[in-house]
Amino acid sequence: MAAVTLSEVRKSYGQVPIIHGIDLAVNSGEFLVLVGPSGCGKSTLLRMIAGLEEITDGTIAIGDRIVNDLPASQRNLSMVFQSYALYPHMSVRKNLAFGLVNLRMPREEIDRRVAEAARILRIEELLERKPRQLSGGQKQRVAIGRAIVREPQLFLFDEPLSNLDAELRVQMRVELASLYNRLGTTMIYVTHDQVEAMTMATRIVVLNKGRIEQVGTPYELYNAPANLFVATFIGSPKMNVLAATAAGGKVDVAGLGTLPLPSEKQAEGKISIGVRPEQVTIGAGELTIEGTITLVEYLGSEVFLYVRVASGDTLLVQAPGQSQYKIHDPITLGIDSKEAHYFNGEGLRVG
Amino acid sequence: MTEATITPAMLSTAEVARAYREAKAKRAKKAALLKHVFLIITSLIMIYPLLWMLASSLKPDNQIFGDLGLWPREFQWQNYWAGWNALPVSFTTFFWNSTVVTVLSVIGNVISCSFAAYAFARLEFSGKTIWFALMMMTLMIPYHVVLIPQYLLFLNLGWVDTYLPLIVPRFLAGDAFFIFLMIQFFRQLPRELDEAAMIDGCSPFKIYWAIIMPLSLPAMATAAIFSFIWTWEDFLGPLVYLNDMEDYTVPLALRSFISSDGVSQYGPMFAMSILSILPIILFFVIFQRLIIRGIAMSGLK
Repeated sequence: MAAVTLSEVRKSYGQVPIIHGIDLAVNSGEFLVLVGPSGCGKSTLLRMIAGLEEITDGTIAIGDRIVNDLPASQRNLSMVFQSYALYPHMSVRKNLAFGLVNLRMPREEIDRRVAEAARILRIEELLERKPRQLSGGQKQRVAIGRAIVREPQLFLFDEPLSNLDAELRVQMRVELASLYNRLGTTMIYVTHDQVEAMTMATRIVVLNKGRIEQVGTPYELYNAPANLFVATFIGSPKMNVLAATAAGGKVDVAGLGTLPLPSEKQAEGKISIGVRPEQVTIGAGELTIEGTITLVEYLGSEVFLYVRVASGDTLLVQAPGQSQYKIHDPITLGIDSKEAHYFNGEGLRVG
Repeated sequence: MTEATITPAMLSTAEVARAYREAKAKRAKKAALLKHVFLIITSLIMIYPLLWMLASSLKPDNQIFGDLGLWPREFQWQNYWAGWNALPVSFTTFFWNSTVVTVLSVIGNVISCSFAAYAFARLEFSGKTIWFALMMMTLMIPYHVVLIPQYLLFLNLGWVDTYLPLIVPRFLAGDAFFIFLMIQFFRQLPRELDEAAMIDGCSPFKIYWAIIMPLSLPAMATAAIFSFIWTWEDFLGPLVYLNDMEDYTVPLALRSFISSDGVSQYGPMFAMSILSILPIILFFVIFQRLIIRGIAMSGLK
């Protein structure tokens, strides 16, 4: 197990900067998830930690060793790739053993580790097969197996589940989480899927355009997003954002009415108010809004209502699964000032 | 056809469909027949010179150009052993010489060209694009243009009258065609394999040796086949560099049957020609399996 420390890490391709000075401390034994929209630099960052991509500036340390100039193989880490990258011409057993053979490990030790990994991942009966004879989920298991036989101090995952179908993805997510609990090794995991991030991470790093937007536990990110980007990126479905003006302890929500600004928050001028779909109450509230349902999404356990309100905005509202709403019905919604998130003109969290 | 007497109403849809299917099957059969006739005729035209050579290798000299028929009136099998020993040096030597030159050339070509291709496809080095362009430009220079400068070079090295001019360049990745062929093949192998191998502790050479090369057997086999054929049947190179009959390769030896004094032994020459193409066929049959196996392996994801 090892901590990973990134300080002022930069990357540019030619003149184009991709990563703009990242400072990040990954604690030993932590499951850290890097999440962000595509093109935000999360994979590049991971590949820089792995040693597959050179860094333009800054330092990366694994444990107390600065690894800037250390080749990937000497960083004592394993990586699981999106395409699995299993060696097609080798059997599963050889795929698992390949890295260990390169380390000139004794035969018995290799056999022991391969058997152990196969047992953990339940791929014992697949050991003699070639990768092309495996299903997607099995390939994924072998790829993870290849990572764990090395018993590294750090695991890196580059969108490992994105090639799997939805059902298998959920299953592998659970297996990865239990694998983490069993090994307790530091893991850095890249994904664009915020559900994966929320469910598996001990801490999440939200990246956008090569910068860190926020680092925190899933709970912190969901309940206290540092800015509008994180607020709308984390949480599914998305948070509702309304334009508003704050003056003298009151917030005037454009076209809808006024809310008292909670006393601990200070804001003046143009702000944004964010309310998650489940925080909008059906029925009157501190701010009561009348609207018309334009779309009903029935998910069984809950219903999502798209409600067009007087200001022209569409609010997404979560209602209990048993409720009977129909398109074009009028509806009354309420927003509570304590439930809402407030963001100033620059999109930063207020209070 | 009786269609005129049967009104459409009498025919059920199924019957119409059946009639249509039958007509279609008939047409398809006819088309297939035509296609096969055409292909068989074309193949015969293509293979005729070979058959003629085979037939001539079994005929006495006076029948080769005299007889119109392909089938020999009598089988003169002694053309074969006569041909084998017809020249001052036995064909055992010529075949051995050809084998040495060809085998070394194939090995040299496959190894050196795949090295060069790996460098171009996967490694970063300064001036890569310029080197690549230079290499591609050599593709456009005909062999005959470089022949004389090359001869002078080897003459100054004292290599004329040895096999070195035929073999050494093969170990120096001289054939841009093979390099290009392999670059194209390597490029389509996913880079993540290299990266996984890198993390698994492979040096660039080990990545080539353990990952890229085993996955590129089809490209390697193609290069080996072409390299074999071209070297085995190369006439100009040996003609320029080899002067002593003891050193002759098979194509040079075959030429020696045609003597300037007009007394040529055609039967034995054709017999030896038939023997000389057997290794090519054999090599092709063995190595084309690799090409097929390689195609079957390409389900990388």
